[in-house]
Amino acid sequence: MANTKEIRKQISSISNTQKITSAMEMVASSKMRKTQDRMEMGRPYADRMLSVIGHLANSNPEYKPLYMSEREVKGAGIIVVGSDKGLCGGLNINLFRTLLPFLKELSDQGIEQKFCPIGTKARVFFNNFGGEVVSTAEKLGDIPALENLIGAIKVLLDKFEQGEIDKVFLASNRFENTMTQAPQIRQLLPLLPEETPELKHRWDYIYEPDAKELLDGLMQRYIESLVYQAVIENIACEQAAKMVAMKNATENAGTIIDELQLIYNNARQAAITQELSEIVAGAEAL
Amino acid sequence: MATMQCTIVSAEKEIFSEAVSMVVATGSLGEIGITPGHSQLLTGIIPGPVKVVRENGEEEIFFLSGGFIEVQPDVVTLLSDVAVRAEDIDEAEAEKAKAEAEKIKNDSEAGVDFSRARAELAEAAARLQTLRKLRKK
Repeated sequence: MANTKEIRKQISSISNTQKITSAMEMVASSKMRKTQDRMEMGRPYADRMLSVIGHLANSNPEYKPLYMSEREVKGAGIIVVGSDKGLCGGLNINLFRTLLPFLKELSDQGIEQKFCPIGTKARVFFNNFGGEVVSTAEKLGDIPALENLIGAIKVLLDKFEQGEIDKVFLASNRFENTMTQAPQIRQLLPLLPEETPELKHRWDYIYEPDAKELLDGLMQRYIESLVYQAVIENIACEQAAKMVAMKNATENAGTIIDELQLIYNNARQAAITQELSEIVAGAEAL
Repeated sequence: MATMQCTIVSAEKEIFSEAVSMVVATGSLGEIGITPGHSQLLTGIIPGPVKVVRENGEEEIFFLSGGFIEVQPDVVTLLSDVAVRAEDIDEAEAEKAKAEAEKIKNDSEAGVDFSRARAELAEAAARLQTLRKLRKK
């Protein structure tokens, strides 16, 4: 009977899909572990830099670096870190949902916004909804290279130096655990120096060539490393979200297969019964 | 022999972390050799080899593409760049990122269309919620 054949075809196609989703789940979970390790690896660099910057800023109070100076806010630059690929549940959507009220608030205050989307999904978002995109970086892969981000960040840093924008924000997902990823928006510039008492040492460095140049160079790298960390963390989030999404998809496929199997058995039984009664009826007619 | 802790880190990973007796690097103002007990120093380093000498006299050489070196009497930290940095290279990267952005700008209007964005997001969220409900059923 055609009906049973159709159902059988459907079942086999769904079980193929199930194989794919369960493979994707396994791939995502192994990738997630690797990116989590990578997240840890970059941390000493940023920590070390922050403590050196804090020390420099505290021992040179007369020099106020540009990246630390607060000024009246007329324009803001926003770096939005999204994923390159889809199939990761509500990860990107949640980020944009957090971002939108924040942007609305900025534009209500008359603050101009310039965007730097990182990752294809973020770029596509601004593609669809407008917004002045000044630079972008995408297709970074699983192991992003810092070089690919430097250009995009530099555009915003230059604008900050020229006074076109007065604040820089970073919107990305924070990795809490495998099940939860929380969108967050942080201020990158001006850098807020932390005045912890332990940083107020009595000694000072010997500087070669001089403190200002070193401080500026260090701060640029510090910002870059913060963005880089955010990108890595976002990849870990993406893989975690993908893993969960694919796990659910696999389970759903299983449920559908079970249901279809039941329908298939019914149909087959009905066909057999019908055939039998036809034979009996035929025999009686003779 | 006295030793000091030497750490080489980059934004992407920790490259080296061990007790050493000497570090030789090329600072922005010339070559510097650091032994334990050096006074606090902060300087840029230019792309080139960095030599570390372990306690037992073994030497190891790393190539760093620039960065900074921070010295304290018993700790040396090299903050390494991941790639060779020069003003013009950075500039070229920035141009590339800008050009890509220009491409996008051509087919989108200025100003975020809040209402439309929110509507589509709401729709997507609703879809997700429905899926979640279906799953629970």
